[in-house]
Amino acid sequence: MAVRTYYTREHEWVRIEDGVAVCGITDYAQTQLGDVVYVELPEVGAQVARDGEAAVVESTKAASDVYAPLTGTIVAVNERLEESPDLVNEAAEDAGWFFRMELDDEGELDELMDEEGYQAFVEELD
Amino acid sequence: MTELIKTPLHAMHLAAGARMEPFVGYDMPLRYPEGSVAEHNQARNRAALFDVSHMGQLRLMGEAADAALETLVPGDIQGLGDGAMRYTLFTRENGGILDDLIVSRVPGGLGLVVNAARRKHDTEHLRRHLGGRVDVVPEPDRALLALQGPAAAAVLPDFADLPFMGWREGEACGVPARVSRSGYTGEDGFELSVAGADAEALAGRLLAHEAVAWAGLDARNSLRLEAGLCLYGRDLDEDTTPLEAGLGWTLPKRRREERNFPGAARILDNPPARRRVGMRPEGRVIAREGSDLLDSSGEPVGWVASGGFSPVLGGPVAMGYLPVALVAPGTEVAFDIRGRPRPGRVVRLPFVPHNYFRG
Repeated sequence: MAVRTYYTREHEWVRIEDGVAVCGITDYAQTQLGDVVYVELPEVGAQVARDGEAAVVESTKAASDVYAPLTGTIVAVNERLEESPDLVNEAAEDAGWFFRMELDDEGELDELMDEEGYQAFVEELD
Repeated sequence: MTELIKTPLHAMHLAAGARMEPFVGYDMPLRYPEGSVAEHNQARNRAALFDVSHMGQLRLMGEAADAALETLVPGDIQGLGDGAMRYTLFTRENGGILDDLIVSRVPGGLGLVVNAARRKHDTEHLRRHLGGRVDVVPEPDRALLALQGPAAAAVLPDFADLPFMGWREGEACGVPARVSRSGYTGEDGFELSVAGADAEALAGRLLAHEAVAWAGLDARNSLRLEAGLCLYGRDLDEDTTPLEAGLGWTLPKRRREERNFPGAARILDNPPARRRVGMRPEGRVIAREGSDLLDSSGEPVGWVASGGFSPVLGGPVAMGYLPVALVAPGTEVAFDIRGRPRPGRVVRLPFVPHNYFRG
């Protein structure tokens, strides 16, 4: 079965891998931001609430908040972003992931969009 | 909301895939598909073309336009030779800065280029104070292009002999233009003022050169920041004096002695208590405008006026204001970024050496 990716209206994506949620910002988001030059990641062990501030992504132009797509605990962050924030531009929905989290309630996933739903959402924005 | 003004190059920006954004009433290119960092490096390594037609171009016509303008600015305008231009400031009675501008000597008067955000203000300021002595003639139908980078002179060989801050009228790529050796990036390059109707032809011919590519306002900002150049509204404002801003070099000896520009006494008789400095935060976190600067005990003592990412240095840089006791290069300073103090230090400006053509 193909791994399903979930999306938020704040342009984050979530994928369940080995029982934890991998999260990042969408490819659409990175094209809107432009060149990413710094990512401030949460502390491992931090509790984050759905739609609460979890990270900051800085483009050449401005700083933007990144929200936790779901409620849970940060179990890992993408340390490669420290030296290579441009990974977010090159591979937003893959090597440019931000953090992994253990979910309090997997049921929250049902409230996110699937890929098709997100594409339709983005098309309405443009 | 009033409709945004389009420059004569607007359609070309859209065709080039630019991301546009409103900027002081104009719909301007923020960046192109290559991205801001690539555009920045294009200007540092080859030649980048900027549409800066939003800048205010105007003429002060009249025999004594130079003496008249000197009543509003501290620069040596009467000493400005034919074919020369100069950076100066409109000052006010409290010693603060109303705008920064470029003045050139033109037949029968002076040519001025002022900031887009201050164009209306400056035009009214000139008319109010100089109205009886000179004609203030805005030139809204002209476009302004900036070609910036080490390859610029090879792209415009007919103007390669112009020295930095020199200008003349001539044909650029077959288009009648006022061409100056100047810019806002720290690089060698030109600014070309042309009739709006000729702007597309000129831009198209410049872009046909393999060394030239578009760059947007985002790259323009990171370039001027690396070069340590001030942006009005951020690094300069109505409550900041030229000496605080490190622009004492714009006050020549004669004008300091004559003391007859607005705010002369306030500026010359009060040693500045704070100064503009360059700073480098440690690591990669960006210190942006408005961040507090903290001393070693954590007290707020200044602020970041301009901050961003330097593509050449591969990290953050900032300019801001600190008390004079803390402005020596090497002084440690902390940046309050999202409530956390981040260490950094004062460094010499510019962050990246200028590469002007001195002839």
